[in-house]
Amino acid sequence: MNLILVSVLSLGGIGAVSAIILYFISQKFQVEEDSRIEEVEAALPGANCGGCGFPGCRAFAAACVKADSLENLACPVGGMPTMEKVANILGKTAMPVEPLIAVVRCGGSCEHRERTNRYDGVKSCAIVHNLYGGETDCSWGCLGYGDCENSCTFDAIHINPITLLPEVDEEKCTACGACVKACPKNIIQLRKKGHKSRRIYVNCVNQDKGAVNKKVCDVACIGCSKCFNVCAYDAISIHNNLAYIDDKKCTLCRKCVEVCPTNSILELNFPPRKPKVEETSNVVLNG
Amino acid sequence: MKTFKMGGIHPEECKFSAGKKTEVISLPKQVVIPLRHYSGKPSIPEVAKGDMVKVGQLIGRADGFVSANVHSSVSGKVVKIDNALDAFGYKNPAVFIDVIGDDWLETIDLTPKVKRTCDLESSEIIKKIAESGIVGLGGATFPTHVKLSVPAGKKAEVLIINGAECEPYLTCDHQLMLEKGEEIIIGITILMKAIQVKRALVGIEANKPDAILNIEKWAKTVEGVEVIPLKVKYPQGSEKQLIQALTGREVPSGGLPIDVGAIVQNVATTFAVYEAVQKNKPLIERVITVTGKSVPEPGNYWVRVGTPLSHVVEKTGGIPEDTGKIVAGGPMMGRALPNLEISVAKGTAAVLFIPSSESGRGKVQNCIRCAKCVFHCPMGLEPYLLMNRSEKNLLDELEQNRVMDCIECGSCSYVCPSNRPLVDYIRYGKLKVGELIRSRKVQQL
Repeated sequence: MNLILVSVLSLGGIGAVSAIILYFISQKFQVEEDSRIEEVEAALPGANCGGCGFPGCRAFAAACVKADSLENLACPVGGMPTMEKVANILGKTAMPVEPLIAVVRCGGSCEHRERTNRYDGVKSCAIVHNLYGGETDCSWGCLGYGDCENSCTFDAIHINPITLLPEVDEEKCTACGACVKACPKNIIQLRKKGHKSRRIYVNCVNQDKGAVNKKVCDVACIGCSKCFNVCAYDAISIHNNLAYIDDKKCTLCRKCVEVCPTNSILELNFPPRKPKVEETSNVVLNG
Repeated sequence: MKTFKMGGIHPEECKFSAGKKTEVISLPKQVVIPLRHYSGKPSIPEVAKGDMVKVGQLIGRADGFVSANVHSSVSGKVVKIDNALDAFGYKNPAVFIDVIGDDWLETIDLTPKVKRTCDLESSEIIKKIAESGIVGLGGATFPTHVKLSVPAGKKAEVLIINGAECEPYLTCDHQLMLEKGEEIIIGITILMKAIQVKRALVGIEANKPDAILNIEKWAKTVEGVEVIPLKVKYPQGSEKQLIQALTGREVPSGGLPIDVGAIVQNVATTFAVYEAVQKNKPLIERVITVTGKSVPEPGNYWVRVGTPLSHVVEKTGGIPEDTGKIVAGGPMMGRALPNLEISVAKGTAAVLFIPSSESGRGKVQNCIRCAKCVFHCPMGLEPYLLMNRSEKNLLDELEQNRVMDCIECGSCSYVCPSNRPLVDYIRYGKLKVGELIRSRKVQQL
């Protein structure tokens, strides 16, 4: 009996003393944290994808609370509704952000770009990229080992087993930019999602001369400048034998799509054209 | 017999072309001379489209410190200066020359007479080597003049000549030692003079007794050169391992051979130095081994730099039917070629045909922690750990575990019973950690 009593008292005593010490320590080292950070974090999607440029949702929430205005602060996953909620909590105004989407700029499917050698090593784009130019003769295009697919936390990008090219799921893509970072060839880009998801872009990143890349891929941009000449809005520029369409200037007039001799300019989600331009309709289906 | 302390493997030797006399391969119709033979910067072209060039004429000038001159290996007309595929499958600038005749520059001494005396000063020799565009012919193709320029505050004590040729199949250095023993020894004395050392050690693996005898015979004619037979073990010919085997000194982690007073050169490089200094001949040709298990007549051939590999293959009996992979270099460290339109570079030591029965990779299975890779790593690393960290992109841990010390010899992948792609991942990790270290240096500046 005595033994039990001693044990209870001594352990209880140690507990009580420790509690008192801990109380004073917690008073001494207490960190004042803005309670709004918790609230903002709760309003965020919690995917911790890093698409906003901060390491995780909490860091972004802290940045929102600290900032004077919400300019340049946007959650690509939640979009405007989330940012409005955040703005309400903080009493600031949410800046309108243009929704973006990841775009894969390579059309070199097996059909258009011949496989000239076989690689049987590690199936990782990053490793292949450092080893050699890839299974095709185009050393710029998609390698097809799916580093983008592995990097995506939203299950929004997948390698098509037939074309061996990644395809972006428009519903799921949040433009977090993880695949853009994962792609060693810099093929994936975040572009304006556009009205009704309509987009026009050059589906190629090959900077070789036209005569060279025409041999290795049917749908490569050959830098012929036809699109550059037809564009009335100064949206197209040509550098290193490669056309680039500035999505901020592009008005989606589709004139460049019509003139491209290699079908390397892609139009997505447009209504079908009138019958007279029937031959380009297959491009729409590819998207 | 001397060897390095840690790890190493002994793969099947397969030296089929050993003892085969070197033959000269006829000139192709067109050569494509890469302006970038090494990891440094590409040279600046010195010729333009339509120019007539002679053999030995300078066509690319070194650009920057780690860069080397490039000379025309044929006479003829420059067709274009354009990008051409290199052995990596990437496009790099190259000079395309249509071959017309075989017209050499008058300054090159083409007489077969061996010139033994060299009156040049140390700095003059290094200048001459730099002008002649000599790079390390062992495979890394690092510019030789850079290696010979001893940094301030350090002193070279011994010159080490690498005649190990530890890669299976390769015999080009072996054959060169048999045929050009005297020239190699003179080359060694020139290099000794260039870096001002009194002693040179030639390490040759014991599976080449004829080469050891021949080099020993000629070494007796000069002072300070000693030939040391080495145990047959891969990677005996790796710089750090060779230094350890011959001198017992260990190059510190992250250090260079000069930190222990050594400078290492390959025998083929030594021969090129002899030709450059004594005969005024720049580096325009080399010996390559064409070999493989199903190649009917493996052999060693003198090939001009820039010759398309397809031409080499055509002249040496074509591609064997059961070929699964064609490798430029040895089976351990060479690289599988994406196509044969690639031309012979200064560092191409061999064309190796691997039959399809042996070319495939085995099924990758889980690591069973058998530690074979650890036991066989010649650098004392833990390859299984490095691969794991590299897969997960844990760069700090990779750096702590000395990933940058890996020499990519492939011993770990060779011994792994689970066929794990250890070197592939470690090489990737090295690259990433290298980027990290460089960015840190930039930040400090």
